[in-house]
Amino acid sequence: MSVKPVAHAHEGAKFLEEKAHYHFHDERLWDVRQKRDQEMHILPEWQELRQKASEIKEHTLANLPEYLEQFEKNAKANGIYVHWARDGEEHNRLVNEILQSHHAKSLIKSKSMITDECEMREYLEPQGITVTETDLGERIQQLDNQLPSHVVLPAVQKLTGDVAALFAKHYNTDPNDNDPHSLTEAQRQAARPIILNADAGMTGGNFLVAETGSFVVCTNEGNADLSANVTGLHIATLGIERIVPRMSDLGVFIRLLSRSALGSPITQYTTHFRKPKKNGEMHIILVDNGRSDRLAMDDFWSSLKCIRCGACMNTCPVYRRSGGQSYGAVYSGPIGAIIDPTFNKTKYSTLPFASTLNGSCTNVCPVKINIHEQIFKWRRVLVEEHEIPFVKKEIMKMAGRLLASPRLYRAAIKGTNVALSTMPRFILYNYLNPWGKHRELPHPVKQTFNSWYRQNRLKSAQKQSEKGGQVQ
Amino acid sequence: MKVGLFIPCYMDAFFPNAAIATLELLEKLGQDVYYPLDQTCCGQPMSNSGCNKDAHDTEELFIKNFSDCDVIVGPTGSCVHHIRDNFDAIEQTSEVKHVRQNTYELVEFIHDILKVREFPWAEFPHKVGIHNSCATLRSLRTASMSELGEPFFSKPKTLLSAVKGISFAQPQRPDECCGFGGTYSVTEEAISAQMGLDKVRDHHDAGADYIVSADTSCMMHQQGCAERNNVNIKFIHIAEILNGARS
Repeated sequence: MSVKPVAHAHEGAKFLEEKAHYHFHDERLWDVRQKRDQEMHILPEWQELRQKASEIKEHTLANLPEYLEQFEKNAKANGIYVHWARDGEEHNRLVNEILQSHHAKSLIKSKSMITDECEMREYLEPQGITVTETDLGERIQQLDNQLPSHVVLPAVQKLTGDVAALFAKHYNTDPNDNDPHSLTEAQRQAARPIILNADAGMTGGNFLVAETGSFVVCTNEGNADLSANVTGLHIATLGIERIVPRMSDLGVFIRLLSRSALGSPITQYTTHFRKPKKNGEMHIILVDNGRSDRLAMDDFWSSLKCIRCGACMNTCPVYRRSGGQSYGAVYSGPIGAIIDPTFNKTKYSTLPFASTLNGSCTNVCPVKINIHEQIFKWRRVLVEEHEIPFVKKEIMKMAGRLLASPRLYRAAIKGTNVALSTMPRFILYNYLNPWGKHRELPHPVKQTFNSWYRQNRLKSAQKQSEKGGQVQ
Repeated sequence: MKVGLFIPCYMDAFFPNAAIATLELLEKLGQDVYYPLDQTCCGQPMSNSGCNKDAHDTEELFIKNFSDCDVIVGPTGSCVHHIRDNFDAIEQTSEVKHVRQNTYELVEFIHDILKVREFPWAEFPHKVGIHNSCATLRSLRTASMSELGEPFFSKPKTLLSAVKGISFAQPQRPDECCGFGGTYSVTEEAISAQMGLDKVRDHHDAGADYIVSADTSCMMHQQGCAERNNVNIKFIHIAEILNGARS
């Protein structure tokens, strides 16, 4: 079956047409970006922290097998079961096996991008297992059968009215009551019995600590603590890149994470899990799912430093205007544009082109990933591997020929009254046709600079040259 | 010092007045300016689209035109960024390295190399909003970047502050990209145009009569957005103001 590339431009344009959504989305995320800036100004050591975080991650990634083994050894000594999953399928199978061995039919789960990456819900539900998200935003997305729109704010693209309509459909609430408090209460009433009667709990995790064999989960709603503690069975899924060597490294990341994400000094709940509850069981699944392959990519390995704060999304002017759903992927925004193609080069081939390469993402990244440079690099890789449309490639080939020949180029923009019908074509041929859909074309001019120069300056320049001047 | 004048393709075609102002300004500042007639483009459109191999011949032509100059000056941030940071479709000979290391954007050339701070002939009695293109801001670093929290500096503002009668408008999001992005402006035209409109409105709401920039590509895009949506604001290249344009 042929895979179709994600239609980011089309989906983004659709999002823009919903003006109220677009304005709210843009303002909300810009507000978060400004709060992040304020926090940055409070800490004079901000750049030092970023540098430190980047170095710790680089060191860890360079020694990944050793740290993972150290983690496994210590976690096992703490009484935790440690599992390894090569890919999403293996991960899902492991989860299913653990649940089956406990005859567990209902799973409550706190937000975790990696289980979405593995498509775990889709796998478990046909096996007769209900999965309920405990994070409010993630639950909203689950009810609407959508991927998270943002790594930290999964339902940020929705207005309260959208949530009211959704809850009315699922919870029989008043569709016209879009008061956030009553919506939250409706969710609480609907979710509480499910949570309290669950058979098993699952969380993601933000950091694995090699020296202690423990892991850390950061949330603002406390929902991970619910998921982990309501039942005696706690399954945690983390990507192998989540590891840090020592407990003392955590200070660097915890200080950066929520400040970068939401502009708050720390997450409301920062929970350390070290061993199972009394008479309980704790399982950790360490997932690769393409991460080792990415680690071997010279140009793209450093994307594994990502701590999933979403700062690059908040600052990205394209993301703020196109919305997370337009990326058609678990990971959206600038970080998605460099991670997603490592999962599927064809499907996500459009995402590195969904960027103006303005570089703001790189500047806000708390672990100093050169995001916009990797976006630029991906374009080259995708072109070389034939993952961009033939027409686009041909146009660039023609542009390259035209611009390499002064004679052809001058012919294309010939004349003192530059014809606009010809003009836009000279740079990119028919590629510029969409220009005028939402913009006026540049104004015609009497004469190009080159022609003006020939007419007004060439003779004097030549005379000077004949007199032995340097000017040619 | 032999100063090569690089006028990029779209500027040659659409903004000859800004190009003439650049030439005249450099001459007023006592420079020996040489304009190679056979120049076209720096290769950025192909390179930014990922089609780097298609930029090969254009880059070669660029070197042929400019390799005998001591410095090359272009009134355009994004092209200079391309030459300095991504101009690698051709073999990196010493000639190529010389060109790449000695190509300057106009503002940084005047500010850092010539170190000129006075433009006694210049007077611009208007309120302007400065648009730093992302390439000049984040790649050439001609101004401080809000994301890094560094102490404020702005080379274009330092130069413009010497112009009689000028005043500045402060937009809400000074560093936000205007959405041009080269081929991005056509591959994602709806989002690109929305970004452009938001940008010009931000300047307009801050009270700017003009948007001034060292990058005509951003202005070409913004002007198109402003005109389509009847945002009453004018555009001018920084070289024109520094060269003494009154309006």
